[in-house]
Amino acid sequence: MFIYALKRLIYVLPVAIGVSLICFMLVHIAPGDPLISVLPPDASADLREQIRRSYGFDRPLPIQYWIWLKNVFQGDFGTSIATGRPVVEELRKAIGNTIILSLIATLIGFFFGSLFGFVAGYHRDTVIDKIASFISVIGVSVPHYWLGMVLVIIFSVQLGWLPATGAGPGGSSAWVWDWTHIKHLILPAITMSVIPMGIIARTVRALVADILSQEFVQGLRAKGLTDRGVLRHVIKNTAPTALAVMGLQLGYLLGGSILIETVFSWPGTGFLLGQAIFQRDIPLLQGIILVLAMFFVFLNLIVDVLQSALDPRVQRG
Amino acid sequence: MIEQKTIPLDEYTRSPSYWAIVLRRFSRDKVAMFALAIIILLFLVAVFAPYIAPADPLKGSMLRRLRPIGTPGLPLGADELGRDMLSRLIYGARLSLFMGITPVAIAFVIGSSIGIAAGYLGGLFNSLTMRTNDIFYAFPSVLLAIALSGALGAGVTSGLLSLTIVFIPPIARVAESVTTQVRKLDYVEAAKASGANNFTIIRVHVLGNVLGPIFVYSTSLISVSMILAAGLSFLGLGVKPPEPEWGLMLNTLRNAIYVQPWLAALPGVMIFMTSIAFNLVSDGLRSAMDIKS
Amino acid sequence: MSEDTSTRRTHMADAPLLEVREITKFFPIKSGLFGRATNSVRAVDGISFNVLRRETLGIVGESGCGKSTTARLIVDLISPDKGDILFDARRLGTDLTLNELRRNVQMVFQDSYASLNPRLTIEDTIAFGPIIHGVPREYARRLAWELLSKVGLDPKRFAGRYPHEISGGQRQRVNIARALAVKPQIIILDESVSALDKSVEAQVLNLLLDLKKELDLTYIFISHDLNVVKFMADRVIVMYLGEIVEVGPVESIYAETAHPYSRSLLASMPSMDPDHRSEHVALAGDPPNPIIPPSGCRFHPRCPIAIPKCKTEKPLLHIQKTRGHLAACHLTAQQQETF
Repeated sequence: MFIYALKRLIYVLPVAIGVSLICFMLVHIAPGDPLISVLPPDASADLREQIRRSYGFDRPLPIQYWIWLKNVFQGDFGTSIATGRPVVEELRKAIGNTIILSLIATLIGFFFGSLFGFVAGYHRDTVIDKIASFISVIGVSVPHYWLGMVLVIIFSVQLGWLPATGAGPGGSSAWVWDWTHIKHLILPAITMSVIPMGIIARTVRALVADILSQEFVQGLRAKGLTDRGVLRHVIKNTAPTALAVMGLQLGYLLGGSILIETVFSWPGTGFLLGQAIFQRDIPLLQGIILVLAMFFVFLNLIVDVLQSALDPRVQRG
Repeated sequence: MIEQKTIPLDEYTRSPSYWAIVLRRFSRDKVAMFALAIIILLFLVAVFAPYIAPADPLKGSMLRRLRPIGTPGLPLGADELGRDMLSRLIYGARLSLFMGITPVAIAFVIGSSIGIAAGYLGGLFNSLTMRTNDIFYAFPSVLLAIALSGALGAGVTSGLLSLTIVFIPPIARVAESVTTQVRKLDYVEAAKASGANNFTIIRVHVLGNVLGPIFVYSTSLISVSMILAAGLSFLGLGVKPPEPEWGLMLNTLRNAIYVQPWLAALPGVMIFMTSIAFNLVSDGLRSAMDIKS
Repeated sequence: MSEDTSTRRTHMADAPLLEVREITKFFPIKSGLFGRATNSVRAVDGISFNVLRRETLGIVGESGCGKSTTARLIVDLISPDKGDILFDARRLGTDLTLNELRRNVQMVFQDSYASLNPRLTIEDTIAFGPIIHGVPREYARRLAWELLSKVGLDPKRFAGRYPHEISGGQRQRVNIARALAVKPQIIILDESVSALDKSVEAQVLNLLLDLKKELDLTYIFISHDLNVVKFMADRVIVMYLGEIVEVGPVESIYAETAHPYSRSLLASMPSMDPDHRSEHVALAGDPPNPIIPPSGCRFHPRCPIAIPKCKTEKPLLHIQKTRGHLAACHLTAQQQETF
């Protein structure tokens, strides 16, 4: 188990380096001189040269990468062009909000996904299964940003029950666990939960159907074991995989929250990323992508190791 | 010597091929057929847009801004610049379908080439390509698409490029794993033993057995691609105004949700419908190919 | 009598059709943190033998002894670490191309289903070999039909079918036809009948004998079933842990068994005659770990008659009573000396 964790960690390192390389290259695949993205258009030649040096753009690429990586490790992600503040500072404010939203959404998605998947798998090939499966197809097919808009139209515009945008009253971005703040969380969290719900429902349905068709389960039933006993057995056997899928989905949501955060103006990393794109603030863009991607890589690692700890038969990769 | 003992080759029983069976099973799947009909209809709409659309999708009028659905002469209303919604939705099928399907199609060609080569050749080539692949795979797909097109800037080309790069790694991964399985089977060994070169073995014995699963997997990505492509335009990346494209229309109409909420939601209905149709067709294909013999 | 036939055979074909010289294959085992090759399985460890024209050479041994690896090494489906393959006195790699070798030496595998491409019709499978060797498509199809009737399958019924639609015995007939399609001189039958029912097995074995006579074929017949090998083979090789422990004409191998391993193998063989069921103790235990093979004679830890020398000194193949019969055992070597 420990060896496996260590092996996975060693395997992840080159991936992490590759991910950082791609993030670094984002500045350089941006069309035109990278300076354009960090300078006001009317900058003097002197200022240009000065900035060029301070960013290290005059050095060869590998050295630039090395300097950048060293800075990143020291917690220096550069300076946002739009605000002039350090990227780290901007990120620190946003990341908490994104984690709250993604976590709540994953939990909602996990709950309903497991429920639908369970019911569908338990009543395989019946009308109930068809309906539950269709709901999960809808879950994976719906453009979630549009679903967000529709929910806003219904619950904010038409009914006026819930606020449409922001994380708190008056556009504040500091999160507090009270009713006024939670009201802001409901719509984006439900919208976001649709994606993991569909995927978890599909996974659980397949798992449950598979376990129930196994001979020893049918044997248990024949022996007179109650449905409750069978149920406990099924839950015990589906839980590790379902939880692993949930962990991965959390990673996807953290990284993929941009569309929903844009719809709801939720002050998280995705919203920040949207602004960075809109203002062509490449250092900010680079920093957000790096942090989110690394989050995903290491979350994957943790899920893998935990899953193999729960079920030694599963050793992926 | 052989041609002396002529056996009449024409009169014999020929079993239906695997694909013939799959096609027959698929055609009996009512849900998949219905979804396929929707897709075909959307394609027809896209191709014949100029003949179907009642108005010019780019021509607006300040007098008709945000007219509701059902206004005489404007069956689905008018958008924030007074352009005919119905015509824009019809013309929008062109770019939306193009932006959603093209990346998967290109990624299918590139990804399966990489994956099949890696799976068949194995060894160092496999390790190198698959580890590189893992790096791209390490990004959540939405994030990678947005990072790339965010850096490349808005535009159809950069959107297509970003999405293609997003879909190559998962397809290559699936291609590699099915090819590795097939490569170890005895019939590939037997083909080698009969003196065939790698190219011929791949063409005759590998492709026929791996392209099916890779293709089905790729079709399941079209729905994701449709949502992502429209999502890019929704963020202001991808397609640039004033072109009609569903994601972009959703973006520009966002501010109108307080005025004409249902009008603003219309383009999303199109994205949803297309995406679900592709998902259902893909599911149908998958179960049609799952033949237990 | 055995003396006579074997001399006659050697006179008939003075040069062997296929020679295997000192062929070796170790499979690396990857382990540890960095996946380095820390050890290797000695699958085939420096074995040499000849295959004579028109004979059937049987290879027997427990699973994991290297029989199948040997078969794959002969046609280079696995590349050997060391050693040479000579066909018709021409050495592979110098004056014999791999393509020539593979055209002349064909294989029939154990798993009849896995060895047929599920997406090709039977006629396409059989015609594949000829087509890649430049036979026009239409001729190749006719050839396929001809071969199908030769292996006892009605082409009109079977040519257009797919592998999953026919029985295991029929599939193995198709595999034989496919092997024959490139007109080989040698066919390696790697456990080719082992998966079939007994009655089907007998039919396929008879077919093989008929084809051999009709087409002047040479067989390398690999099996763990000693009864079948006795029925088919002219000469037999007994393998243990990647090495040859005994080789000789089938009659003397079965009647004058020299190596204790061969004796235990024969003892564990179910007799065809229920009245003569062997009372001998069958082979005890599993074969030892091929990663760290025992010192000296590899069989000594399981050998009922081992002497101290067996632990330290590796026995070489010694000539036995009958001509062409060799065994690698210190004890039989001593017995020979006392004769």
